[in-house]
Amino acid sequence: MSDWLFQEEHRIFRRQAERWVLSELRPHADQWEKEEEFPLEVFRRAGELGFLGGGFPEEYGGAGGDFRYHAVLAEALTKSGSGGVGAGIGLHDFVALPAIARYGTHEQKERFLRPGIAGTKIGAYAVTEPDAGSDVLGIKTRAVKQGDHWVINGSKMFITNGVRADFYIVACKTAPEMGHKGISQIIVEKGASGFKVSRKLDKLGWRTSDTAELVFEDVRVPLENLLGEEGRGFYQIMEGFQTERLVMAVSSVASAQECVEMTMEYARKRHAFGQPIGTFQVIRHRFADMLTKIEAARQLVYNTIWLYIHGRECRKEVAMCKIFACETAVEVADQCIQIHGGYGYMMEFPVQRIWRDLRIQPIGGGTSEIQREIIGRLLGF
Amino acid sequence: MEIVALMKQVPDTETQIKVNPQGTWIIEDDIKWIMNPYCEFGVEEALRTKEKHGGTVTIVSIGPARAVEAIRTALAMGADKAIHVDDPALVGTTDSLGKARILAKILQSIPFDIIFAGKQAIDDDMAQVGPAVAELLGIPQLTFVNGLEWIDGRTVRVNRQVEGGSQVIECSLPVLITCQKGLNEPRYASLPGIMKAKKKPLETKNLAALGLDPAQVGKEGDTTEILRVELPPPRKPGKIVDGETPEEKAAKLAKLLREEAKVI
Ligand SMILES: Cc1cc2nc3c(=O)[nH]c(=O)nc-3n(C[C@H](O)[C@H](O)[C@H](O)COP(=O)(O)OP(=O)(O)OC[C@H]3O[C@@H](n4cnc5c(N)ncnc54)[C@H](O)[C@@H]3O)c2cc1C
Repeated sequence: MSDWLFQEEHRIFRRQAERWVLSELRPHADQWEKEEEFPLEVFRRAGELGFLGGGFPEEYGGAGGDFRYHAVLAEALTKSGSGGVGAGIGLHDFVALPAIARYGTHEQKERFLRPGIAGTKIGAYAVTEPDAGSDVLGIKTRAVKQGDHWVINGSKMFITNGVRADFYIVACKTAPEMGHKGISQIIVEKGASGFKVSRKLDKLGWRTSDTAELVFEDVRVPLENLLGEEGRGFYQIMEGFQTERLVMAVSSVASAQECVEMTMEYARKRHAFGQPIGTFQVIRHRFADMLTKIEAARQLVYNTIWLYIHGRECRKEVAMCKIFACETAVEVADQCIQIHGGYGYMMEFPVQRIWRDLRIQPIGGGTSEIQREIIGRLLGF
Repeated sequence: MEIVALMKQVPDTETQIKVNPQGTWIIEDDIKWIMNPYCEFGVEEALRTKEKHGGTVTIVSIGPARAVEAIRTALAMGADKAIHVDDPALVGTTDSLGKARILAKILQSIPFDIIFAGKQAIDDDMAQVGPAVAELLGIPQLTFVNGLEWIDGRTVRVNRQVEGGSQVIECSLPVLITCQKGLNEPRYASLPGIMKAKKKPLETKNLAALGLDPAQVGKEGDTTEILRVELPPPRKPGKIVDGETPEEKAAKLAKLLREEAKVI
C-alpha cells in the first residue's frame, strides 16, 4: 500500500503512464535493443502527453506538481522492457531539467525547460570525466572568461543522451584554486564550434540509451549560459544528486519487482522432478526473501520521498536508499537468473536484460561506496 | 450541446479476483479500480462530440467514494463536470433497474441532447443499465455502437455490431448510445489535464438529495438477488501433441479430437 504517499492524482497519472509504456514502448523494446537506440519520437510523445512536466512549474508548461510525479513516471518506465529508455528519459527529465528549473534564469527556462518539458529539446548532464567520477572535485574541464564568452576546454565521459542531446549542462572548473568553490555549471548547446561527441560507448546494459564521451576544444558560449551561480557548481551538483539518487532508487525497486514477478511466472510453469520449480522449498523461500527485501527497500524509498517533498533534511536517507534499493535490485536480478537456470543465460529470455540493465544502479549517480562514505561522514566520522 | 457520459468504476481487468468467504461477492480490498473500458469509449465519444459541436460534457457515476478516482480520470480526459451518487443504502446492490432509476432521475433534472454509456460493465456484465435508462427517459437507444458519424448537428448515423455483420442506423437527438470496442481509441489524460481535473466541479449526492426512496433503488429494493459467486473451475492443463512429422502430429490430433474431446 502506498496511498499515504501517492494521492488520487498520482494514481490517475500512474495509470496513464503505464498505459503509454505498455502500449507504445514495450512492444518495440526488442527491436530498439537490436538497433541500440530508441527513437527520439519517444521524448516528443511523452512531451505531447504532458508526462514530462510533473514536477515543473506551470509557467513553463509543467504540471506544477512535486517529485512524486517523477517517481511515478520512473516506476512506470521500468515496464518498458528496455532499461535504456528509462535512462534516456530519466537523465533528461529527472536530472537535466530539474537543474534548469532550480537554477536557471527565466531566459534559460524559456530556452531549455519549456522545450524540454515538451520533449522537443533533450538535455544531458555532464559531470564525469575520463579521470574523475566519484571525485567530482577532480574534474579538469576548464572554463575561462574571455570578454562576453566562456571558453571551455576538456572532456566528459559516460554522458547519458550524450550523442543526441540538444543541450549539455557541463561541470567546469572556473577557479581551480578555489576547490569546492571553484566549479560552475555551464550550458553548451549542440553544434557549438569545438564541441564534439568523440564516441558513442558500447555498454553492458542500457543499450538503447546513447552514452558518450565528449570533447570540448575552445568551445565558446556566451556568459549568460552560466547555470546558477559562478563557483556554486559543486553544491548545485550535490543537490541535484538527491533527485537523481531517489529516482535511481525508486526505479531499482520497481525493476526488481518486475524481475521477480516474471521469474515467479517462470517458476510456476517450469517443471523439474515432476513438480513446478517454484514449489521446491529453496526456491519458494528465495522468492520470500527477495520480496521481503524489495518491500523493505520500497518502504525506505517511499519514506524518504516523503521527507524529500516536505523539505526535510534527508541526505543520509537518500544515500541509504541509493545503497539498499540499487544493491537489492542487482542481487534480485542475479537470483532471478539463477532460478531461470540455463534459460536465464540466454539472450532470448528477458531476465538477462534486466540483470544487465540493473548492474549500473550501484555505480551511476554516485557509487554505493561513495554513499557509504556520505553516511559515515554525516555520522560524524 | 449537452452531452452526458454514464460511467462506472470496475476492477482492473488484470486484477486477480477472489471470492469472499460467504461466497456472495468478491473481495474488494487490494483491487485496482479502473474506469470501465466500455464507458471509456463513451467518455471519449462524448469529448469528440463536444469538440465537434461545442457544449458541455457531464459525467454521471454511481459508486462508493473510491469511484471518484475514475470520475476524476474522465474529468482529466477533458469532461467539464461530474455528478457522483454515493449512498450507504447502495452498498451491495446488484440490481440494474435500481441503478437505471437513479441515473434517469438525475437525467430528468439536467439538460441533455445525447447520452453515452458503456455497452456493459466488465464486472457484472449485465448490459442493462444503458437500455433501461433510455426506456425510463422515453428516448431512443442505439446499443453496441462501434462507429458513429454526425449527419448534422441533430442527427447521428451509427454502426451497430450484429451477429455476422453490421447495421447502420440514423437517429435524431435526443438519444442514448451504448458503446462497443472499435468506436474510438480513448485519449490519455494528460498531466496538465489531471491537475486541472482537481478543480472541476464534482457534486456528490445521496439518495435523499435526489428525492429517491432507498426502498425502491437501494439494496432493499433490489428485484434480483445474487445467491452465489463462484470462480470458474481452474483450466485443465493443455496437451501438446508431439510427433516426428506434421502428418504424424495431425493424425494424432485428429485421433484425440475424436476419441478424447469427442468433437469430431
Ligand atoms: C551507463 C552510464 C551512464 C552514466 N551517465 C552519466 C551522466 O549522464 N552524467 C555524468 O556526469 N556521469 C554519468 N555516468 C558516470 C557515473 O556517474 C560514474 O561512473 C560514477 O560516478 C563512478 O565514477 P567512475 O566511473 O569514475 O568510478 P571511480 O570514481 O573511478 O570509482 C572506481 C571505484 O572506486 C570506488 N571509489 C572511488 N572513490 C572512493 C572512495 N573515496 N572510497 C571508497 N571507494 C571509492 C568507487 O566506488 C568504484 O567502486 C554514467 C556512467 C555509466 C556507466
